[in-house]
Amino acid sequence: MLGEGILKGLAETAKNFAGSYVSKERLTTVQYPEERVAPIEATRNFPFLVYDGEDAFAGLRCVSCQICEKECPPKCIYIEKSKDKKPDYVGKPQNYPVRFDIDISVCMSCQICVEVCPFEAIKMDTVFELATDDRFGGLLLDREKLSKSNEYYHTIHPTEATEVDARLAEEKAKVEAKAKAAAEAAAAKAAAAPPAPPAAKPEAPKPTGGAE
Amino acid sequence: MIEKADQIFVLLLHWLVGFLPEAWQHVASVVVCVAVIVAVYPALFAVAVLMERKGLGRMQNRYGPNRVGPFGVLQPVADGIKSLTKEDIVPRNADAAVHFIAPLVLVVAVFMGLAVLPMGRNMVLVEMDASLLFFFAMGASTELSVFMAGWSSRNKYSLLGAMRAVAQMISYEVPLLLSTVGVVMITGSLSLVDIVDAQTRYSWGLAHWNVFKPWGLAGFVMFVIASMAETNRSPFDLPEGESEIIAGYFTEYSGFKFALFFLGEYVGMFSIAGLGTTLFLGGWSSPLAALSWIPSWIWFFAKVELWICFFIWVRGTLPRLRQDQLMNFAWKFLLPMTLVNLLVAAEWRFVEGVWLRWIVGMAIVAGAYVLMGRVGMRRERLGPRSYRYAE
Repeated sequence: MLGEGILKGLAETAKNFAGSYVSKERLTTVQYPEERVAPIEATRNFPFLVYDGEDAFAGLRCVSCQICEKECPPKCIYIEKSKDKKPDYVGKPQNYPVRFDIDISVCMSCQICVEVCPFEAIKMDTVFELATDDRFGGLLLDREKLSKSNEYYHTIHPTEATEVDARLAEEKAKVEAKAKAAAEAAAAKAAAAPPAPPAAKPEAPKPTGGAE
Repeated sequence: MIEKADQIFVLLLHWLVGFLPEAWQHVASVVVCVAVIVAVYPALFAVAVLMERKGLGRMQNRYGPNRVGPFGVLQPVADGIKSLTKEDIVPRNADAAVHFIAPLVLVVAVFMGLAVLPMGRNMVLVEMDASLLFFFAMGASTELSVFMAGWSSRNKYSLLGAMRAVAQMISYEVPLLLSTVGVVMITGSLSLVDIVDAQTRYSWGLAHWNVFKPWGLAGFVMFVIASMAETNRSPFDLPEGESEIIAGYFTEYSGFKFALFFLGEYVGMFSIAGLGTTLFLGGWSSPLAALSWIPSWIWFFAKVELWICFFIWVRGTLPRLRQDQLMNFAWKFLLPMTLVNLLVAAEWRFVEGVWLRWIVGMAIVAGAYVLMGRVGMRRERLGPRSYRYAE
């Protein structure tokens, strides 16, 4: 009959109205500034730079290769490469970024910079309370603001960070094994043939390779 | 004591006016009454808006405003300050004069309607013999302001909204008026004071409200529906359907003019609810003789608030109608039903015997309802859609 559906609908809304006062499960609202939900592990919004150890500058993984800068679709990353070098986590001398700026008013959180980084240096952050009254300076994050420790990375994305650590450790072990093998070979060679020129030869390409 | 509480505002007015010389007293009492009405209804408007936002929130299983003040009760104050401090923008191509006048016309027309509503025993600003006619005349002039707003904005959404509003309000004016005719027929008076007085009689402790009679019940239901359409409330909110035409006729209004439209709409709701209360729910009279000690003005405002609550409830329940459904409903269902209802009212007047006229009246109403619902509201069977050019 005409009007039946209206009565059914009115009953439904009345049930919801009364129920919202009775059962807490109905009200799914989280009253944000006072209550908050723990972010899920895959949360991401803006990138940050990871550093190992205590010192943000010494441990910075970024070698200023500028791949992320080139790949960034909205071009929100700006990098200035250093003239000098500092050792990276395996002890190899590498460039570092003198300036590393991300304009988060431009960033679209696509994570492409993270995907392309060969050094596991840039990762996605979960911080979202970035509101500021300075819309230019306040939203332009520089290297100091972007640098965050590996421990912090572990707290926000534990699974991912453990994988990254394992990968880096493997890499380091490989490099160390190689260096050890090279050292052993050099020692063996040195033991076999006393003349200096052949022993110096494997050393020579290394610095040139690093300078490129 | 009970008498004093019932007449407190009347006595207060007499006391206040008593300070003035005799010649001024009449003018002064009118001014005071107008000032009170102009102050009370916006206050009720604030309460209604808060109730609406909280109530709708609860119906949708959320809190609603809860930040300003304890439980968000100061939200209307914040809203008021916001709309007062907002920039008032007039489109460059708008007809500035008409654009300015439109919200004022709406608010004035809406408040004029309140002048004839008896809000309590002896509490009516203007006692008029044809107050019902006056009320509808004022209610109809809100259409003018709506069209003024839509036309002067020079915006296609505004104009569309205004066209829709005018079409809808004129269509629903007919059943709105006809649903009240039964009351006039039985009471024999167009004066709202007389209509309330006729309902303030009790037999077996129960009031003789018009809604307790077959023609009154049918008239009441149709009046509620038509009044929703008349005040552009959901589900008849096509003129301001925000998902289709932004805000309809007040798209181009901002700041305090927007607030005036908002106010006008809500006071319009109050006035139509007050009229419905007066016509069908016994105005300021109590439903039971045993409850007559509660002051009459409390009854009136409680009924109006209840009516508003029902409007909010319906708004939380029903989706917006389509234009053709809206028109079909008005012309194919409400109009014939109101005409049948006149027959029922006549039958009630002339058939002898309490039970017989009840049975006959209810039978006619129920039969017409079922028939009209089946035939008039039948879904049109549309064949497969054919395209002439797009195939």
